[in-house]
Amino acid sequence: MYNKKECVAMLLAGGQGSRLYTLTESTAKPAVPFGGKYRIIDFPMSNCVNSGIYTVGVLTQYQPLVLNEYIGNGEPWDLDRVSSGVRVLPPYQGKDGADWYKGTANAIYQNLNFIRRYDPDYVLILSGDHIYKMDYSLMLHRHKECQADCTIAVLNVSLEEASRFGIMTTDDEGRITEFEEKPKQPKSTQASMGIYIFSRSVLEDYLQRDDSDPDSSKDFGKNVIPAMLRDGCRMFAYPFEGYWKDVGTIASLWEANMDLLGAVPKFRLYDPEWRIYSRNNALAPHHIGAYAHVSNSMITEGCEIDGVVENSVISSGVRIARGAIVRDSVVMSSVVIGEGATVNYSIVDSDAVIGAGAVVGRTRSPSEAITVIGSSIRIAPGTDIPGGAMVNAAFLQQEERGKD
Amino acid sequence: MTVAGIVFSNIHDRNIPELTSRRTMASVPFGCRYRFIDFTLSNMVNSNIYTIHVITHYNYQSLMDHIGSGKDWDLARRSGGIKILPPYITAYDNNRNALYATRLEALKSVHNAINHMKEEYVVMSDCDVICNVDLNDLIRDHIASGADMTLAVKHMTLTPERARISILYESDENGRITDGLPYPADFSGEADVSLNIVVMSRTYLQQIVLDAIAHDYTSMTRDVILRQREHRNFRVYHYDGYFACVSSLAEYYRCNMELLTNDFARTSLFGEKNRPVYTKIRNSSPTYYSQNSSVRDSLIADGCVIEGTVENSVIFRGVKVSRNSTVRNSILMQDTYVGENVLLNGVITDKNVLIRDGRMLSGCDAQPFYVEKGKMI
Repeated sequence: MYNKKECVAMLLAGGQGSRLYTLTESTAKPAVPFGGKYRIIDFPMSNCVNSGIYTVGVLTQYQPLVLNEYIGNGEPWDLDRVSSGVRVLPPYQGKDGADWYKGTANAIYQNLNFIRRYDPDYVLILSGDHIYKMDYSLMLHRHKECQADCTIAVLNVSLEEASRFGIMTTDDEGRITEFEEKPKQPKSTQASMGIYIFSRSVLEDYLQRDDSDPDSSKDFGKNVIPAMLRDGCRMFAYPFEGYWKDVGTIASLWEANMDLLGAVPKFRLYDPEWRIYSRNNALAPHHIGAYAHVSNSMITEGCEIDGVVENSVISSGVRIARGAIVRDSVVMSSVVIGEGATVNYSIVDSDAVIGAGAVVGRTRSPSEAITVIGSSIRIAPGTDIPGGAMVNAAFLQQEERGKD
Repeated sequence: MTVAGIVFSNIHDRNIPELTSRRTMASVPFGCRYRFIDFTLSNMVNSNIYTIHVITHYNYQSLMDHIGSGKDWDLARRSGGIKILPPYITAYDNNRNALYATRLEALKSVHNAINHMKEEYVVMSDCDVICNVDLNDLIRDHIASGADMTLAVKHMTLTPERARISILYESDENGRITDGLPYPADFSGEADVSLNIVVMSRTYLQQIVLDAIAHDYTSMTRDVILRQREHRNFRVYHYDGYFACVSSLAEYYRCNMELLTNDFARTSLFGEKNRPVYTKIRNSSPTYYSQNSSVRDSLIADGCVIEGTVENSVIFRGVKVSRNSTVRNSILMQDTYVGENVLLNGVITDKNVLIRDGRMLSGCDAQPFYVEKGKMI
C-alpha cells in the first residue's frame, strides 16, 4: 500500500505568525499571499516537487481553514499522487489523550506514525514562512556523502544580523562544532535557515528522548539540535547561496515583495527551470486602461488598472480606479481602490476597499513605517490613515468612538 | 436531469487557414490566454455538464496538448469527464467511414459512442462559439417548451462576409422555427444568427443519427431541421450576451481588438459571476512592467516582461517587449519575443515568434500583418 520513499518532507505550517499582526488574524502565516499570485507555502512546496520529493506532510495548527482549502488535494503542485503526495496533518486526539503541537519537535514527534508508513531513510524538515528557491536533492546528496546524522542548511548573514538567528560554527569539513540560538556575541555568520535533513532512525531516537524530557520546550533549535551536538552526532552544515528571506514580519514581507521588482530583481520569479506553482482561480487577463500608468511593478490576472501604479506588487482581481495612485505598496487580491485615492508605502490585505479620495500611508522614507490595511476592511471615502497604522476592525471601532 | 455535451472541434477550420494550418479551430489562441474551445468547455462546465465528447478530425495534436486530462476545466473525472473521439476509420469498411465534412457526418462517424450515451439530454456546440452563455437556462427553456430541438440564436446585424459563415433562422412569435437560411452567399442586414449551440433529448439525437445513416443525410440544417420543420417542433432560444464567431483573419483581429474597445464584450465574456472561463494553467509568474514601460488600453496575460511601449494590444502569456520598442494595435501570441527598437503596428504574431532588434512591421485592420508560428524576423 505505502511504497518506500527515500525522503519524506515535513513542512511546519502551524505557526501563528503574530508579528504579521492583522495579516494573520484569520489565516496561518504560510497561507499569507505573496508576490501577486502566490502564498508563502507555495515556495517550500514547489521546492519539494522540483527537488523530486513527492511525499510532503504539512503540519497545521493555527487557523487552518484557508491553508487546508488552499492545499486541497495538492493538485497545483502535482502532489495528488497514488501512494504519496501531500497530506495535511492537524493535531489529533489519541487514546492517551489529545495535545496541541507544543513545539516544532513535538509536532514531528506526534506524526512519527505518518513518517513510518513510508519507511524513509531521511526526513526533511521545512518551515512554511520562508521565500527561497532551493534544490533539496543537492542537500540530501551532501547529507549522504558526509554520512551525517543531521544536515542543517546555512546562509551567510552579516554580523549585525547574526544575533537574530541560530548560528553554527563549523570545522574545515563543514562539520558543526558549535550551535548557538540567537547569540549576543556571534562566533560566526553561518545562520540556520530552519531546514534540516535527519537520518530517520536518529531523528526518531532523539524525538523520543526529547518528548520524555519534561524540561524541554520541544523545539528543534533550542533542544533537539543542541542535544545531538552534545552527544557527538555527525552534524554538518550545508551552505546555501542564493536568495532566502524569512517573511515573519510586516517589514520583511514588504521587502521580500519589493525584491521581486527591478530590471534585475533580487529574487526572480520568472524561471522556467524552477517554476513556483500555485492554485489558480481562472481569472481573465488584466486590463490596463487609457488613464493608467504602470512602472516597476508586477500585475497579475483579473486586475483592472486605470490609475498610477509605481514600485508595487498587485495581486489578482484588484481594481485601481482612474486618478488613484499606488506607490511602494503590496496590494493583495480583490482589493478595490477608489477614484483619486492614494496608497503609499502600505500592505493592503485581500478584499479591502479604499474609498474614493482616501489617503492611506505616507510617502516612503527611512523614518516612516509601513501601513497595513486588514482583510475586508472598508476605508471610507476621504479618510486619512496615518503612516504606520495597523487598520483592522478594532482600529476602526476606536476611530468611531473617537469621533463621538 | 443529466446532460452530456458534444463539441465539434474541426468545424470552420477553413475560415482562418493562417491559424489552422497546424491546429484545429478549437485550439486557436484568443484573448490573451484562451483557446476558442475554452469558451465552449467553460459554458458546459459552468452549467454542470461534466460529460463532454469532443469529436476531432485532423491535426488535433495541439488540442490534445491543450486539454490534457481535462483537469483545468474540472473534467478529469472517474465518471464522465472529457473524452476525445478521434476519427473512426477501419480497414474493412471501404469508404463508409471516410472523414466527415459536416456536423451530421461527424455524428454519424461516432454513432457508436452516441448509442452508448445514457444522459437524458445532449447539448451540441461548435468549438468556436465565443460567448458566455448559461446553458442551464437554454435547457430549462427547451424542457418547458416541449420542443424537439432548441437552437440558441442571437439577433445581429450582419455584413455579407459574416453572413456567409452563419446559419440564419426565422421563427414565429412563439419561437418556433419557420424557415432557415444556411450560409447565404449575399446577405446583409439584421437576422437571428445561430450560435451553433443546440439542445435535444438524447433519444432524439440517436434517432437523427440512425435516420441519417439510413437515408444518407449529410446536413443537420438542410436534411433535418429544414426538411422536418413542419412536422417537428424546432425552436429558437434568444441569447443577448456577446457572441463572436470568426470568419477570417481580419475578423479574428477585429474580435480580439473588440475586447479592448467594447466594454460589453469584455464584461459579457469575463465578468459573469459564477461563470469563469477556464483554460490550461501555465503557472506563469505575474507580468513585470519595468521602470520605463508605458502601457495603456491593453489586455495582458501573466508571465510577460514589458520594457517598452504597448498600446491598444492583446498580449498573450510569456511575451517579452524589450526596451525602446513600440507595440500598437497588435496581437502577440504566447512567448513572442520582441527585441529592442522594434515598431509593430497592426501585427499578429503566432506562438514563439522572434522579432529581431530594429524591425518595423505594419499591417492594418483589413489586412493585419501575420507572422506564422516559430518564425524569426
